[in-house]
Amino acid sequence: MATQLKRTELIFKEYMDCNALMKNVMKMGRDAFIQELLDSGLKGRGGAGFPTGLKWKIVKETNSDVKYVVCNADEGEPGTFKDREILTKASDKVVWGMALAAYIVGAKEGFIYLRGEYKFLGTKLRIAIDRMENSIRALGINFKLELVFGAGAYICGEETSLLQSMAGHRGEPTNKPPFPVNWGYLGKPTVVNNVETFVNTMIIAEIGSAEYKKLGTKASQGSKLFSVSGDCCKEGVFELEMGMTVQEFVEEFGDGDTKAVQVGGASGFCVPRKEFANTIIGYEGIPTGGSMKVFNSSRSMYNILENYLVFFEEESCGQCTPCRVGTQQLLRGVRAVKRKEKPKSYLDELLKLANTMKYASKCGLGRSVGNAFKSIIENFREEIVY
Amino acid sequence: MSNSEEFINQLANKYGRKRESLMPILQEVVEQFYYLSDENMVNIAKELDISTADVYGTATFYSFLATERQGKYSIRVCQTIICDMKHKDDIIEAITEMLAIKPGETTPDGKFSLNFTNCLGWCHKGPAMLINDEYYTELTPEKVKDILLSYMKK
Repeated sequence: MATQLKRTELIFKEYMDCNALMKNVMKMGRDAFIQELLDSGLKGRGGAGFPTGLKWKIVKETNSDVKYVVCNADEGEPGTFKDREILTKASDKVVWGMALAAYIVGAKEGFIYLRGEYKFLGTKLRIAIDRMENSIRALGINFKLELVFGAGAYICGEETSLLQSMAGHRGEPTNKPPFPVNWGYLGKPTVVNNVETFVNTMIIAEIGSAEYKKLGTKASQGSKLFSVSGDCCKEGVFELEMGMTVQEFVEEFGDGDTKAVQVGGASGFCVPRKEFANTIIGYEGIPTGGSMKVFNSSRSMYNILENYLVFFEEESCGQCTPCRVGTQQLLRGVRAVKRKEKPKSYLDELLKLANTMKYASKCGLGRSVGNAFKSIIENFREEIVY
Repeated sequence: MSNSEEFINQLANKYGRKRESLMPILQEVVEQFYYLSDENMVNIAKELDISTADVYGTATFYSFLATERQGKYSIRVCQTIICDMKHKDDIIEAITEMLAIKPGETTPDGKFSLNFTNCLGWCHKGPAMLINDEYYTELTPEKVKDILLSYMKK
């Protein structure tokens, strides 16, 4: 029986009096609002899922004259396009969310790091920035927001890499710790949040944590934007409550012949049909930054896997050996098995390599290559071999 | 001072002579000259008082900062899975047929370059491509030809 998916309409809700919300928060006080964020259970919407309230709290409590707020708009995960939609339709909420963060943590400067592929959004964002800056000046808050551009590097969506890029360097991730909350842009405490996260903080300012928590599940509060594409009856950006199963998702969006769903992009997991019913989309199951790619039975899982590996091999920053060489070898390996140059047992060797990459790579890129690799090989081995 | 030297000097004045200014300077030079020539990289290094190797090292990290000659119009066709499923190969074929260049090449008149790129964030409207900063979605070979024609007339 088909269950109705729980739709929400918060992020793209037309009217939001950002100025009034800001005044409310100023009346409420910084610590009280941080408590609201903590109570709401909001986790970062970029995919990693760090509690937003905690992030702001740490930066607020870190002693420093200079602090920064950075919006990570380097949306590059294959199959993700919800941030572009937010920046197009709700840019005011994003820049006000940043101003809110700046007020809470005590930052006077902020940056939106927009991927170069979205440069066409620049003019629109500058208008939103100007509008916000003028309004908050009247509230007595001093916050200057700048727009900077990426230049075609997926890895710069990783926060330390993004900060390196902003500082004029190669976008190579740095070791954590130190975390950006303590040692971020130019070595100063920095809040780095995803586009959608900033909008969510404004929503919490508007409806309060109690109301916000009613959405979603215990582990995955709130609603989430999903970027839906592939073999679907409808594609696009949809705002849904978290905590649904892949089955429920497929019933709503599939084309009736869905073989697999890739949850979380190239760095996420491939869910085969037999697992649809018992796989939850959310932190208690498969967390996702929002990318949902649907494949029907006409698709070759080998082609999909090869496409992902080409992607990772190109986008690996090359800094650490497990990721640089690992991505190359995984790609070569599956091609060799496909061409029968290697026995099918070679896939087990490759799985070991993917596992090593998970533990030995420096950042999330190398660590997550194994997710798609393992879940595709394990569930569709025959398609990779034959 | 040559034209490009002066241009870079002005950029350094605009953004400030600090390391954080490197990215926007590189981006504006690429916008103006379509790629970063050796000479321009040397001049940027001089202006910011950093080593040319640092400039080159940073530039080569980013796929949108070319260090080899590129056309005035840089065509980037998305090659990632959903656009691939939606026949991006037909789009490449149409471009190749019209401009006689393959991915990785530039037309002899220096007007167009063709490259593959990774996910452009238009999966639901694939296949997609960028020409410089403009995006084009739901492409068909016919549509691509019309788009290219409009650029040829520019």
